[in-house]
Amino acid sequence: MSPTNIFAPASTPAQSIFGLSIFVILTVSAIFIFVFALLAYAVVKFRNRHGDDRTEPVQVYGSTQVELAWTVIPALIVIALSLATARVIASVQDAARPPSALEVIVTGHQYWWEYRYPKFNIVTANELHVPVSDPAHPTPTFLTLLSADTDHSFWVPRLAGKTDLIPNHPNSMWIDPHEPGLFLGQCAQYCGTQHAKMLLRVYVQPREEFERWVQEQQKLPHGAAPDAALSAGRRVFESTACINCHTVSGTLANGRFGPDLTHLMSRETIASGAAPNTHQMLRLWIQNPDAIKPGSKMPAMGLSDQDLDRVTAYLETLR
Amino acid sequence: MSTNTIALSELPVPRPITLRLHEWVTTVDHKRLGILYILYALTFLIVGGIEATIMRLQLIRPHNDLVSPQFFNQMFTMHGTTMIFFAAMPLVFGFANYLVPLMIGARDMAFPRLNAFSFWMTALGGLLLYFSFLGGDGLYGGGGAPDVGWFAYAPLTAKTFSVGHSTDYWTLSLLSSGIGSIGTAINIIATILCMRCPGMTLGKMPLLAWLNLTMAGLVILAVSPLTAAQLMLLVDRYLGGHFFDTQAGGSAVIWMHFFWIFGHPEVYVLVIPAFAFASEIIPVFSRKAIFGYPVMVLATVAIGFISMSVWAHHMFTVGMTSGANTFFVLSTMAISVPTGIKIFNWLATMWGGKIRFATPMLFCVGFLFQFLIGGLTGVTLAVAPFDWQLGNSYYLVAHFHYVIVGAILFAAFAAFYYWFPKVSGKMYNEALGKLFFWLFFIGFHLTFDFMHIPGLLGMPRRIYTYEPGRGWDIWNLIVTIGVVFQAAAILVFAANLIWSYFRGKAAGNDPWDAWTLEWSTGSPPPAYNYAVIPTVRSRRPLWDLKHPEDPDWRYE
Repeated sequence: MSPTNIFAPASTPAQSIFGLSIFVILTVSAIFIFVFALLAYAVVKFRNRHGDDRTEPVQVYGSTQVELAWTVIPALIVIALSLATARVIASVQDAARPPSALEVIVTGHQYWWEYRYPKFNIVTANELHVPVSDPAHPTPTFLTLLSADTDHSFWVPRLAGKTDLIPNHPNSMWIDPHEPGLFLGQCAQYCGTQHAKMLLRVYVQPREEFERWVQEQQKLPHGAAPDAALSAGRRVFESTACINCHTVSGTLANGRFGPDLTHLMSRETIASGAAPNTHQMLRLWIQNPDAIKPGSKMPAMGLSDQDLDRVTAYLETLR
Repeated sequence: MSTNTIALSELPVPRPITLRLHEWVTTVDHKRLGILYILYALTFLIVGGIEATIMRLQLIRPHNDLVSPQFFNQMFTMHGTTMIFFAAMPLVFGFANYLVPLMIGARDMAFPRLNAFSFWMTALGGLLLYFSFLGGDGLYGGGGAPDVGWFAYAPLTAKTFSVGHSTDYWTLSLLSSGIGSIGTAINIIATILCMRCPGMTLGKMPLLAWLNLTMAGLVILAVSPLTAAQLMLLVDRYLGGHFFDTQAGGSAVIWMHFFWIFGHPEVYVLVIPAFAFASEIIPVFSRKAIFGYPVMVLATVAIGFISMSVWAHHMFTVGMTSGANTFFVLSTMAISVPTGIKIFNWLATMWGGKIRFATPMLFCVGFLFQFLIGGLTGVTLAVAPFDWQLGNSYYLVAHFHYVIVGAILFAAFAAFYYWFPKVSGKMYNEALGKLFFWLFFIGFHLTFDFMHIPGLLGMPRRIYTYEPGRGWDIWNLIVTIGVVFQAAAILVFAANLIWSYFRGKAAGNDPWDAWTLEWSTGSPPPAYNYAVIPTVRSRRPLWDLKHPEDPDWRYE
């Protein structure tokens, strides 16, 4: 079973599309069977047989009645399909946003995702956390889609269809996942060299679990507490180019070009889902990003082995 | 040139190769230019096929590292650009150039010099595109050929992101070939409107002429905005313009509109000539007149008009209003009505006939079967909400290859075998022709049938690699296996072409017992086609000649 199957919807927009798609698929299948049967019959029945007398068959130039029939009937089918489609377009695109909705601002960057929760004052990257939406008390999540550079597209097939993130052209979409779990997807609009490893992970959590996650994200990490003694790794981190691109709340590091690392260790993956967040992978990512994601915007930092170990150790305190 | 050419071709001794090449380079003869277009297209078909093969080998399993992401991105950009602009369009123009004057009883195109100019502009375009492998640099750290995708969405093409010159080669190549396309389109329109032989009213033209007339009209309407957009992009990149520069307030969405107002009619620019081939070949091999000629003409012109109003169905995911989305759903679906009429009319032409399954007819049946499926998957994509899932997935890739390869290329191969005896004067080898058909048919279906499935399972296009565990692996493997059959088929095709050209039996003027004017002249047709301009009384002048007791003009 594929985790990105569009026929296994787990949220209303995906569900609406699924229902419509079944109707459409049945309709076109019926048309296919009918026309294919005509074609197969013609090919078998009217093939030139051995021992044919070589005379020409009766010449028929046309027939207004039949031609009218195969104009009008397809036109009626088209109207029926269009009406069904218009209904679903309106129900998904023009859905009202309930006051209970959660808002997340999604910004696409070349090869990673930035998530901001304005209500909670949280910034995170690549792993989106949203609450389960109980149909009785819906708490859908509305995503505002922005881009920092090129076009991207947000596509988690089991939750909703895709919507593009286009610079200077804010878009929006919504999801209301009915069940907890991890939902996968990836960028669906070619955005540059590492488009392929711009993966999406949506963690749908029960209400209480989501609230706990929010509280954790709102705290400053232990390693970045303003009064903590500067560890050797933190000193390396803050005295190299790391801080030009990355933010760690409560410290000098306030770059916006790369993912926010404040709670790096709360994430299961690094490099936008390209590798698991293990000690080994994290160290490799700092040492030689091309080994994981060639062409990403993360530069190889050229640190000595000792500094590499120190920075990795520091990052591992960012829980 | 012509007096020269005739005098030279009558010399008994073989002329030096340089002289013969010089004749081909300087020719303004519609038949030679047609052949040049077709050979040019076949060359790029092979180049584009090699690029596709490299992509398929890379995608044969997850996390494969045969090629770098940069190279893969160049491959899909070059594959798309090459196949559309330097394989499909020249193929269409080549057949139009060769066939239209012959079929309307003319001695050449209306503007022979413009014709040569247009071909060489197109040729220059292809050379510019491929020079980028030497001269270009692409996205940051990319290098070499263009890597912005064949529809080159802004702002990826801005200087900020595409730092080198590869995007410039892409732009200039499309500008150049675009001028060539517009020139040829004007030429086709002028030829059809002004140069028909006596008796050939618009209503008595072969359908192929009607369809190419519509195609040429669409080329002018569609390629002009593309050319304008390329100029704007150049202004952005070199003169400080901000049309598409989002960082300075430009609009990425405007580029999409410009590109797809070209891009969708372009599909019909390619498929209408395919319809034209089917509309000539199916009647001859079914031994019946085309069913419903006036309705076929009307449906074609209707497709031409409607196709100008459907472009934004490529943009259902860019955040248009629900009203706009609904409009483009309706306009897109509307096009399936005239298209359906065409399919039914071809079936009705076969109905009650005596169908001869020579290679051209096999390819026409393949065309009908695959065009039916490609059209129906097109309906699923026209349903905007379904497109929110399917758009930019491998399902979409499978759909448009079904139309471009399964329908357009199959019809082009039908045309190739049908008119090969006329063009070369030799019959092709029928056994090799059928072997080619079956190999290509099997390869096509292995590749493009199974390609729909990973799309339904969430696999987006244009990714150089993918994660295991998503249920995509096996389908990608099968898709790649299909390529082996297609490559083998193309080898058989090339072998048949070369063998038949040198060793084939003489074809005679009219090997298919056909009905349109080109079969009344020699194979290959002499310079200027007709010693005496023919006069026609019906749509099938050779039928009238062969059946004086029951001529068509009694019924039209």
